[in-house]
Amino acid sequence: MALKGNLRDFTITQLLNLINLARKTGTLIIEGPTETARVAFREGTLCYAQHGQEDSSLASILYRGSKISQSQYRILKERAAQMTDKELGLLLINAGYLTQEDILSSLKNYSIDVVRRLFTWVEGFFRFEPDPSFPGDGKITVKVDLENLIIEGSRQLREWEQLQEEIPSLEMALKFTDRPGTDLKNINLSIEEWRVVSYVNPRNTLSQIARTVKMNDLEIRRVVYGLLQAGLVEIIRPGGAPVSTPSRSFPTQNKEEQKSLVNRLISRIRSI
Amino acid sequence: MQTVKMVVTGPFNAGKTEFIQSVSEINVVSTERKISSEVERVKETTTVAMDFGRITVDQDLVLYLFGTPGQKRFDFMWEILSEGMLGFIVMVDSTRPETFREARSILETFRAYAPTPYVVAANKQDLADAWELEDIRLALRLSPKVKLLPCVANRKETVKTVLLELLYSILAEMEAG
Repeated sequence: MALKGNLRDFTITQLLNLINLARKTGTLIIEGPTETARVAFREGTLCYAQHGQEDSSLASILYRGSKISQSQYRILKERAAQMTDKELGLLLINAGYLTQEDILSSLKNYSIDVVRRLFTWVEGFFRFEPDPSFPGDGKITVKVDLENLIIEGSRQLREWEQLQEEIPSLEMALKFTDRPGTDLKNINLSIEEWRVVSYVNPRNTLSQIARTVKMNDLEIRRVVYGLLQAGLVEIIRPGGAPVSTPSRSFPTQNKEEQKSLVNRLISRIRSI
Repeated sequence: MQTVKMVVTGPFNAGKTEFIQSVSEINVVSTERKISSEVERVKETTTVAMDFGRITVDQDLVLYLFGTPGQKRFDFMWEILSEGMLGFIVMVDSTRPETFREARSILETFRAYAPTPYVVAANKQDLADAWELEDIRLALRLSPKVKLLPCVANRKETVKTVLLELLYSILAEMEAG
């Protein structure tokens, strides 16, 4: 039976565990809300990963891993555009620019990073294709044991569950707490926290802020949780809407009759 | 006959069923089952769908009290029960700080369902190891505006106070609006 399903029912960590235990070979394709990731395995080990439309060429990975400079990267993109990653890797090793270890460690780190990012995906469909043709002949594959990644993913899953308990709905908004002594300038916030803080406004729901600052559900919850713990913000209803009882909760739509009804309830409960 | 309803929610074993029993004029219609999980075996039975109590106000008006199941796996019932409520009460067991996080989560979930007034009842305040109200307020991250009321669910007077405070909040919001 085909290995396919929904991430809501089967997490990335559980998938990795299954692939590891069954020593599977093939490609795991995960279709998230906005991007698709492809992760290749050989006999239960991670060998290659690609995230959406992200440039996963060797030149780009080496540049992002600070193994080559920006000018070297530009030159490689211009002059070695027709070369496969394997050909480019050999060229760089033979020319003495990089060692085989430099190249393999950069590729390993990149693939691990892609899988780490997948841990934050909670929505999406997956399927496992037992087809070893991905990533193709020209790509350099690596061999990464999955155990450490599975442990890391499990930790992240626990964090996700806790954060979801703390902040169950992303359709709520944030407002700064009324603490006159708090001066935001004196608080050390990370770049991600500043990005969220700049959108704190009763009109913006957490899901809107997440979309604007390009964070997924886990990332926005993580940042908001930190801000809540620091006492900087509080969760409110969107629009700063005052608390009110919806008219449909009353058997009458007349405001005076509604008040009379509440007063009758008060009198009755006092008399119990 | 006009009917209105209030919802009593909170974590497992917070005292919701007992709270409703204290003021209901009928025996609470309780959908309880024996507890199968060893972890949750701090009492013999638990609510799996809802509790249902009634207070007749007069010939034309009845107040229904609905108690939600406290266990997370029955949370699909919460939104159904919250539909059309006048307000809600979040009950928290003052002696079990390990449930405070869940109480906060339930509170946030209900706040997201409907913009209705609510109060928090700190139950079991008569027990020696009950947390102080102000400590509970901090642990639940309640703003000073939220009413946090001491409660002993089997004492009618404290239950009445909680219900009255919720009704006062509803009235105050109506007058402010």
